[in-house]
Amino acid sequence: MTTYTEEYRELVAETPRGAVTAAFREEVAAVVSPGGLISEPAQLHTYECDGLTGYRVTPALVVLPATTEEVAAVVRLCARHRIPFVARGAGTGLSGGALPVADGIVIGLARMRKMLSVDVDNQRAVVQPGVTNAGISAAVGGHDLYFAPDPSSQIVCTIGGNVAENSGGAHCLKYGFTTNHVLALTFVTPDGDVVTLGGDSTDQLGPDLRAVVLGSEGTLGIVTEITVRLLRRPEAVRTLVADFPDAEQAGNAVSDLVAAGIVPAAVEMLDELAIEACEKAVQAGYTLGSPAALVVELDGVEAEVEEEFERVQEICRRNASTHIRIAGDPVERAKVWKGRKAAFAAMGRISPDYFVQDGVIPRTKLGSTLTRIREMSDAAGLRVANVFHAGDGNLHPLVLYDAAVPGQAEQAEHLATAIVELCVEQGGSITGEHGVGSDKACSMVKMFGPDDLTVMARIRAAFDPQGLCNPGKVLPTPRLCGERPGPYRPHPLESAGIIERL
Amino acid sequence: MTDISRDEDQRVSVQPVAIGNGAGVFDLHHPPSDELISDCVHCGFCLPTCPTYALWGEEMDSPRGRIYLMKLGKEGKVPLDDTYTQHFDMCLGCMACVTACPSGVQYDKLIEAVRPQLERNRRRSLTDRLFRGMIFALFPYPSRLRVAAVLGELYRRLGLRSLLHRTGLVSLLPRRLQAVEALMPPAKLRHLATRTPAVTLAVGTTRRRVGFLTGCVQRVFFADVNQATVRVLTAEGCEVVAPPTQRCCGALSEHAGREPEALDRARGLIDAFAEVEVDTIVANVAGCGSTLKEYGRLLRDDPDYADRAAAFSAKVQDVSELLAELGPVAERHPIEARLAYHDACHLGHAQGVRSQPRDVLRTIPGLQVTDIPEAEICCGSAGIYNLVHPEPAEELGRRKVDNVLSVKPDALATANPGCLLQIRRYWPGELPMFHPVELLDASIRGVDPIAAATARSGRPRLDARTAEPGSF
Repeated sequence: MTTYTEEYRELVAETPRGAVTAAFREEVAAVVSPGGLISEPAQLHTYECDGLTGYRVTPALVVLPATTEEVAAVVRLCARHRIPFVARGAGTGLSGGALPVADGIVIGLARMRKMLSVDVDNQRAVVQPGVTNAGISAAVGGHDLYFAPDPSSQIVCTIGGNVAENSGGAHCLKYGFTTNHVLALTFVTPDGDVVTLGGDSTDQLGPDLRAVVLGSEGTLGIVTEITVRLLRRPEAVRTLVADFPDAEQAGNAVSDLVAAGIVPAAVEMLDELAIEACEKAVQAGYTLGSPAALVVELDGVEAEVEEEFERVQEICRRNASTHIRIAGDPVERAKVWKGRKAAFAAMGRISPDYFVQDGVIPRTKLGSTLTRIREMSDAAGLRVANVFHAGDGNLHPLVLYDAAVPGQAEQAEHLATAIVELCVEQGGSITGEHGVGSDKACSMVKMFGPDDLTVMARIRAAFDPQGLCNPGKVLPTPRLCGERPGPYRPHPLESAGIIERL
Repeated sequence: MTDISRDEDQRVSVQPVAIGNGAGVFDLHHPPSDELISDCVHCGFCLPTCPTYALWGEEMDSPRGRIYLMKLGKEGKVPLDDTYTQHFDMCLGCMACVTACPSGVQYDKLIEAVRPQLERNRRRSLTDRLFRGMIFALFPYPSRLRVAAVLGELYRRLGLRSLLHRTGLVSLLPRRLQAVEALMPPAKLRHLATRTPAVTLAVGTTRRRVGFLTGCVQRVFFADVNQATVRVLTAEGCEVVAPPTQRCCGALSEHAGREPEALDRARGLIDAFAEVEVDTIVANVAGCGSTLKEYGRLLRDDPDYADRAAAFSAKVQDVSELLAELGPVAERHPIEARLAYHDACHLGHAQGVRSQPRDVLRTIPGLQVTDIPEAEICCGSAGIYNLVHPEPAEELGRRKVDNVLSVKPDALATANPGCLLQIRRYWPGELPMFHPVELLDASIRGVDPIAAATARSGRPRLDARTAEPGSF
């Protein structure tokens, strides 16, 4: 089977590009506010990577525009001189989405961080892309409103980055991703035109270009204003941890919850190995030795939450839950979440090395997929721990191994690949929430056929025929792909229980 | 060994700079360690709390970017030029990033390793050297500060100040001198002759014998804070010993990278306290206290002082830490007011002392202690920062004032004189400002300084529940 069509190869082929010359620098300097141009080599080096430090490219120039007009003017210059550009927010992405392009420029949006307007009655706000995710909620908190998507890095990641990655968070099961909370975008096209995508209402007329741009990882243009939806803070939040005799029964409990019409704010699952690791790292009060545990959180109107919380417990018991622990106060609730979020990094406590996999499967196939993973694990003679967002079938098998044992790393890598292929086979996905970026572009071929990729490349070319806007990201470049992924190293934020890899 | 030091005052014998010696652009005298640098995983969680990132949104003026620059410097990939130096100079050293970092990166140790390197290996401009020289020839010397205070008072009382301001002549001064002019605190002449007694006995049972650091600016311009500290400590059962031989603790020098000077002062202070047998050494200035706690690290290479310095540091407590630990015994009288508490960076971030000052203030009946939004962001005072970098300091000062205004306090409390002067400079009108220990002292003595100050200024007390926005 061919991986790429001829058309795809042509669409993503590198076109001749211009060079960042002194004359170009001067032209850029003329269109941005004073101090908006960074060109000293030492300074440029600090922009050579985002949160994924394994890939580094020093940009030729960094521009920090202050307004939509400045962004558009810079992009127009890039288009005219055929200079590639990469938009950057806080630079916290873990997939290298803001990795600069050699001989290209970085357009940093860190200076565009104003809340432009808040419409309390209609629960909307217009913000610039450099406002942090948590900053939006903080700014409207006085009106008892908040911005629902809650990626774990929300105190620092910007709304512009959330739009690029279509970020979710632990509560996206109930509330959806960024795309469900963005009404309109002011968008600078790769030729420098300023257009509005979407509108004030959730109902879009014609093709929803706003949705096309959302999650495109900065490959279609630059978003300079975002109209976000704001939600009322829930009146009540309840959280429990239920233990189960096996993962299959825990999986069935999740299916029963959904079948009963309950929409939990979050449903997370940990297996025995994951629980062991978490407890060693954080002592969050999970039951050691329990083969599986579900964390279920409900939020909403007090009366409804109370009633549904009873039903959740009943469903858990009906599915043979052996123990239910209810978080009595916000402190205990935070402890439960800390344990869950530390799970990945905590693997270091039970294994010297491990690969993390990031797959999505249809929720209905949870039980059977877990059984298959266990069979594969037994056959390979390697332990596999599982931590995942059970509610939306986002699996995280962790293949534990010891690199000191000759051949075990290769064996583990092989098993990890086989597991992710199993996810794809089950109708799922290889990609998680932290994006494709530079890191996973080459893996796209595992999920998408030649025609799929060609259609994506056509869409991209329709927006950006010159291929200047964040080139080399998301869509695989045939010439560069074929590298093998390295072993998983925990990000210290994971160890601290602050972020989780989805 | 070759002496490559250029500044006569900052002579340290070090190896010559050469790429490939493992330290890149740095010399071999404690360059920032690779291990500490590699702890940073570039996650960016420090960005929102960094004051310079908050101002400019530039990567190289963020903790993450500065650590990246250190790494580049270590690798010898960038020259040690003005561009490189400026980004470390711009760092306020507030250590908010240390608080924010989930990976436990010790940026404090990193920046404190870089600053002496820059002081040794990079020549500043003549005006910069002169200005810094003036600061360090004045501030660490209480006797010289007293003279300056008298001159300052004459400048005020003879009407020169109002003349300069009325005519706008003050704006002709260089920005840095304008900053000095504006920040210079009014001195109470009666305080200039005040000295803290060498020993003050505890009231009632002696619960602890404590050594007391009287500070430099503190003892000249804020002598009443020192007096209040002694009164509160003794009222709470402490015998207070203030060795009269004590001189500057070296905090300002240390934070500015003037390592040899800082080390000399540290040794001097250790010697001054060597005579007295105390359980605890108390500081009431956040910046001084944080440096005292660092003596062990600062003098780690000095065989004669390393152990003594470590033992000294282990005894140091901020006055609020000690009071919180001892628990109240003296009776408190009510002070009915809404008080904004401002965390001094060198108390909150550098020493991790946040709950104790609040807890101690809450022992005062009627006092409503309120936090300030963006509490973690520096007010721009930062040692000598508001004198050497007046522009960013002003932006941060105004930002802090806006945040304090937003909680509509009757008064403000903070444990650092620098913060107090900085906030006062940009405050629109009059706000009673205190060291927490002054309020405690007033409460123990049964007076209400907030009501008194409000009555004096004729400004009606703001009631947060009824006041309309913009009533200031």
